[in-house]
Amino acid sequence: MKKEFSQKIGFSFISLCMFLTVLFLFSIIFFIVVNGIRVISWEFLTQMPKEAMTAGGIAPAIVGTFYLTLGSIIFSLPLGIACAIYLCEYSPKSYVVNIIRFSINNLAGVPSVVFGLFGLTIFVKYLGFGVSILSGSLTLAILVLPLIISASNEAILAVPQSLREASLSLGATKWQTIKKVVLPTALPGILTGIILSIGRTAGETAPILFTAAVFYLKGYPKSIFSEVMALPYHIYALMTEGLYPDKQVKIAFGCALILLFLVLLFSSVAIYLRNKHKNIYGYGN
Amino acid sequence: MDMGTKEICKVSYFDSIKIRAEDINFFYGKKHALKDINLNILKNQVTAIIGPSGCGKTTFIRILNRMHELIPDALLTGRIFLDGQDILSSCIDPTEVRRRVGMVFQKPNPFPKSIFENVSYGLKVNGIRDKNFIEDKVVEALKKSALWDEVKDRLDDNALKLSGGQQQRLCIARCLAVKPEVILFDEPCASLDPISTAKIEELIVELKKNYTIIIVTHNMQQAARVSDYTAFFLLGELIEFGRTGDIFKSPQDKRTEDYITGRFG
Repeated sequence: MKKEFSQKIGFSFISLCMFLTVLFLFSIIFFIVVNGIRVISWEFLTQMPKEAMTAGGIAPAIVGTFYLTLGSIIFSLPLGIACAIYLCEYSPKSYVVNIIRFSINNLAGVPSVVFGLFGLTIFVKYLGFGVSILSGSLTLAILVLPLIISASNEAILAVPQSLREASLSLGATKWQTIKKVVLPTALPGILTGIILSIGRTAGETAPILFTAAVFYLKGYPKSIFSEVMALPYHIYALMTEGLYPDKQVKIAFGCALILLFLVLLFSSVAIYLRNKHKNIYGYGN
Repeated sequence: MDMGTKEICKVSYFDSIKIRAEDINFFYGKKHALKDINLNILKNQVTAIIGPSGCGKTTFIRILNRMHELIPDALLTGRIFLDGQDILSSCIDPTEVRRRVGMVFQKPNPFPKSIFENVSYGLKVNGIRDKNFIEDKVVEALKKSALWDEVKDRLDDNALKLSGGQQQRLCIARCLAVKPEVILFDEPCASLDPISTAKIEELIVELKKNYTIIIVTHNMQQAARVSDYTAFFLLGELIEFGRTGDIFKSPQDKRTEDYITGRFG
């Protein structure tokens, strides 16, 4: 009797925790949808802001976020995958490599505002790129690099050693084996990591605060050296600056809804790919 | 020895040696895994390597196509001659050795690609681009490995959809496609059912017409069924080597007798 009673208490407690977590999650989504949905319209998505941010659309911020995300992936993808391949396939097992792995894992824990300051110092000032898409993309690229490396690393390690042996035993070189067997087999896992990092990049504010984003632009960015508007920074700006807080808050919720939608979209694609990968190959990951 | 006898030796014996292992010693870290192995593998014969787990059988055949180089902290001394050429020499390209000495592994390991791509893989990595030639060779290899009839209508299907036995025959086809001279089988039936095993054994006997075959096996009946010569390994040593019939009927060493009669192992 006593045992069953304590079991019931245990289950109730666990259920309560689960319920609270889900409640928070859904109330956040609900809150943003309810407050944001009213301003969403075709014009909101496709037009320039008007009347000191109190009317019009957020098109340049959406476009800016797109450019920054794309730019960061272009820079981080080759670096991250190359780094993962080196660590998994080429590096001798030594303490130097352990230090490298340790550093990469630590990099993932550095607060994003620190990356922002780094970007400001190196890309904006020292290399002279100015506040621009280029500086912002590079800063975001460094931010997501650890994510891409660890996702690629795991995906590559999940490729069974027996496939490498099969390839080598047919007279393939190590490079052919990596290119034709290891990477294609690991690709879905790597893709999952990339898409998750896209979601992360799209939502980051601090790294672009000093390196890329501005509150308002008259038109769309013209080159990679242009400043841009971006969704997360736009929300921040609408809530902290400007003269008409009442009208701005509504638009900020609209932006938040769009941003949330984009990030959820990316995550769903990642989950879809991961499941498909499991079904076809049956290998872990 | 005058020239006359040397000639005779060459024709009758040396010409039929495909692989010659000389004083092979192998260390995993501090573990002495193979001790002074000297063994001749004869051309167009099936040589079975038997012995209890951990006796160095797999390690030994991995040396024959330089797959031991993937093992970290390993040390190898001794020489392996393939048609008289020392293949462990640093001036020999290991990829060339592996093309000439193919390997079929314990667990079927097809690539997660189509059946066609699996078989054509070896040709492509060896620089062959001619599509018609590749197609011919793929069909030929699938026919030789007795898989053609089962897969001819679905060459574009993923190889992982095949059954375990079919996957293993696909791995054999993949190996045959690059025209090796020697094929190493590392317990090829360990994960297969009896019917699939019978098919693979039939295939091995059929293949020895054109290839030199070495098969590592735990299964004594299998060694007796498919092989012409048998080598018995124990704790890293080659205890006995001879014609399979002799080894099984009248083993010279007490340890061989104990093993094949099932007293240990």
